[in-house]
Amino acid sequence: MSEYVIEMLGITKIFPGIRANDDVTLLLKKGEIHALLGENGAGKSTLMSVLFGMYQPEAGVIKKDGKPVKINDPNDATALGIGMVHQHFKLVEVFSVLDNIILGAEDTHLGFLKRDAARKKVLELSEKYGMRVDPDALIEDISVGMQQRVEILKMLYRDNEILILDEPTAVLTPQEIDELMEIMRSFAAEGKSILFITHKLNEIMAVADRCTVLRKGRCVGTVDVASTTKEELSRMMVGREVNFSVEKAPARIGDTVLKVEGVTVPSRTHKKNAVSDVSFEVHAGEIVCLAGIEGNGQTEFVAALTGLEKMSGGKITLNGKDISHASIRERSIDGMSHIPEDRHKHGLVLDYTLEENMVLQRYWEPEFQRHGFIRRDKVRAYAQRLIKQYDVRSGEGPQTITRSMSGGNQQKAIVARELDKESNLLVAVQPTRGLDVGAIEYIHKQIVRERDAGKAVLLVSLELDEVMNLSDRILVMYEGRITGEFDPKKATVQELGLYMAGAKRQDGRTGK
Amino acid sequence: MKNILQKRGVISLLGSLISILAGFLLGFVLLLVINPSHALSGFENMLLNGARDLSKFGKVLYTAAPLLMTGLSVGFAFKTGLFNIGATGQYTVGAFFALTAAIQFQMPWYVCILAAMIGGAIWGAIPGFFKAYFNVNEVIAAIMFNWIGLFSVNLALNNMPMMLANAWKQPVKDRTGSLGLANPDAILPKLGLDEVLGSYMNIGIFIAILFAIVAWIILSKTTFGYELKACGYNRNASLYAGINDKRNIVLSMAISGAFAGIGGAIYYLSGTAQFTIVKTLVNMGFNGIPVALLASSNPIGIIFSALFVSYIQVGGETLQPEYAKEIIDIIIAAIIYLSAFALLVQNGIARLFNRSRDAVSVRKEGK
Repeated sequence: MSEYVIEMLGITKIFPGIRANDDVTLLLKKGEIHALLGENGAGKSTLMSVLFGMYQPEAGVIKKDGKPVKINDPNDATALGIGMVHQHFKLVEVFSVLDNIILGAEDTHLGFLKRDAARKKVLELSEKYGMRVDPDALIEDISVGMQQRVEILKMLYRDNEILILDEPTAVLTPQEIDELMEIMRSFAAEGKSILFITHKLNEIMAVADRCTVLRKGRCVGTVDVASTTKEELSRMMVGREVNFSVEKAPARIGDTVLKVEGVTVPSRTHKKNAVSDVSFEVHAGEIVCLAGIEGNGQTEFVAALTGLEKMSGGKITLNGKDISHASIRERSIDGMSHIPEDRHKHGLVLDYTLEENMVLQRYWEPEFQRHGFIRRDKVRAYAQRLIKQYDVRSGEGPQTITRSMSGGNQQKAIVARELDKESNLLVAVQPTRGLDVGAIEYIHKQIVRERDAGKAVLLVSLELDEVMNLSDRILVMYEGRITGEFDPKKATVQELGLYMAGAKRQDGRTGK
Repeated sequence: MKNILQKRGVISLLGSLISILAGFLLGFVLLLVINPSHALSGFENMLLNGARDLSKFGKVLYTAAPLLMTGLSVGFAFKTGLFNIGATGQYTVGAFFALTAAIQFQMPWYVCILAAMIGGAIWGAIPGFFKAYFNVNEVIAAIMFNWIGLFSVNLALNNMPMMLANAWKQPVKDRTGSLGLANPDAILPKLGLDEVLGSYMNIGIFIAILFAIVAWIILSKTTFGYELKACGYNRNASLYAGINDKRNIVLSMAISGAFAGIGGAIYYLSGTAQFTIVKTLVNMGFNGIPVALLASSNPIGIIFSALFVSYIQVGGETLQPEYAKEIIDIIIAAIIYLSAFALLVQNGIARLFNRSRDAVSVRKEGK
């Protein structure tokens, strides 16, 4: 019996023009939590897709328990006890939790589903691992964290022994991340092996036993987490020193750019207000951060601020002009830039080329059109400049279909577009979500540069590190209200956490 | 080689050609099964008839013109993310507007076309309006409006005695008056083309091609087309970009409807056709769907796919009397049906050759 439950030896996967995996070796011990670290596009997901049978490698061998195996498709992988939770969940939105779990592995009696037996098994599993789910809830009605539990239960239901998690924490709140890590540890304790893809170093330090680092498709090495440091890991991943703390000069605060007074936004899902009576100001030259746990009204507030959603009360003033009822286009013209929370939903037209996306809000400006005809040459030249300046990488430059770009580069494209736009208020929502440390460092620098250039920045973030590092002032939002205001130099993460969880609130902040 | 195959245009063309070939193959098999002794000669006739002499070719162009317009109608809507299944209703209303202008108001042909354009646009805009402001699925609304359009036109014609053939020295009253008798000025000019290409020939095909080029320019060259396509691909992102998505949906459907309406005008202003009061929807509108699909909704491609479908239809006429008319329809339908798989085949080809490129990016999404 081999020491390793899975051995991937010398895996090479070539896509025309790129070696996604180049002679990569990954050894997974039984009962260990093994992290796979790398920048966006380093080949992590490709490697896992090879293991899960979605790609066939050009070279290399996969062994299970020391015996070579051929994994032609995900069914083969499942038969070998390999399960995978994808970064974007593969769930049927309108099916119940139970139906999603058994989908593809249904036990039947005379052609009828044996739902009761399945329900019993699911409930046992969720009991055993402390993953509470409501088997009858519809996927579309439950939170992202819950959906991930369903994905994990799917693997357990199939008795998978090797669990692949592709960036499992990208969509979770800090609390949910803690819970997930607890669950991962309990899996490992009973002999399941976990491979998880991430580029968050803190999580690796917290939960992983060993870590394999990929860079540009090549294996940089495998290290024992206990005997390494965050700095060491990031050097392996990026190939250079990474500065974790953002360097910035003290803010030079100017005039009020954005003034929000008593903004109230009704909720779409329940009868209460998603945002109630929120008031604050953002000045030129400062970064104000709206912190909070996901689902406490930040999304709705930003939607109202940027004009995507109507508000039921309150007033928004931008540069002294009342924009409470202005259209999205008017707000944009008046100097608002917006890096949206969901880059696929709002930020990009994925089937457009990169250059077309670069002018998404500006295509109508005289610079890019004449008599209603788009000036392709100008658009191309502009896109080329942004691509160069912001280092947006893609296969075919300005003519790349945006859908084919990596998530990190899609985000960079949006950041480039929004920062380059003539504006004096930048609304940045989760600007670094799902990005690797190199890209995060870069975007943080850009945001600070915008601040130093005299723009007002409203940052909405769920990442406490980002909040503490970047902001000049922190506002905590809880259940649709601002419950506290802090100076990041004086506040502690623990204190912020209490406000974010609603355990504390400052007097006089809640308004009427 | 690989570079060529990765070009989107080439993949589109290749996909269409493969599907057409598969369609022909199936057509031939059907001919063989139904009447083996005439299969080969029949197939040959069907393939070559449209090119056998100039008058047959003229007929191909004549049927292609309205087909091109309905194809354009469906394709334009597709490009902007809408499924306009109402082309037949818009075509009917357009035809009615054109004929009313021609017979009731004795207008020249270009005014009639303009009238048809307006009629079709109105009939397209209504489902668009419901889609934009009340989120009613445009397919459902358009299907309803096909029938509403058909019966409204029938009702109107029955109450407009001047429009009917019996007002113009013809003994029937179930159809509109022949334009040759009612208003020769409304017949599309032939410019002497009929001398070479047979009596069917008129400038209809050129009008249709002109509109195809207009559609292409709108979609690929203008900011308006940029907005329309953005709405079609991603309504949320276009909203974020400050585009008025509601207005664009209505406009897109109106333009789409206008194209279908013009199709109706071109067909009935030829002078040979008379609008018959029947209770079934006109096929021309539905045939626009495969025409558009065959060309992946590319307006320039639609010119060729309309010519192709029309060519097959004209070719199919030669299969009589060895094959029953219905059988011919089935064979044509089978060919068109398979041809409409163009998109599927294309995706297959694209996947084959682009697997790499997409995969590189897709792996980030963990697919």
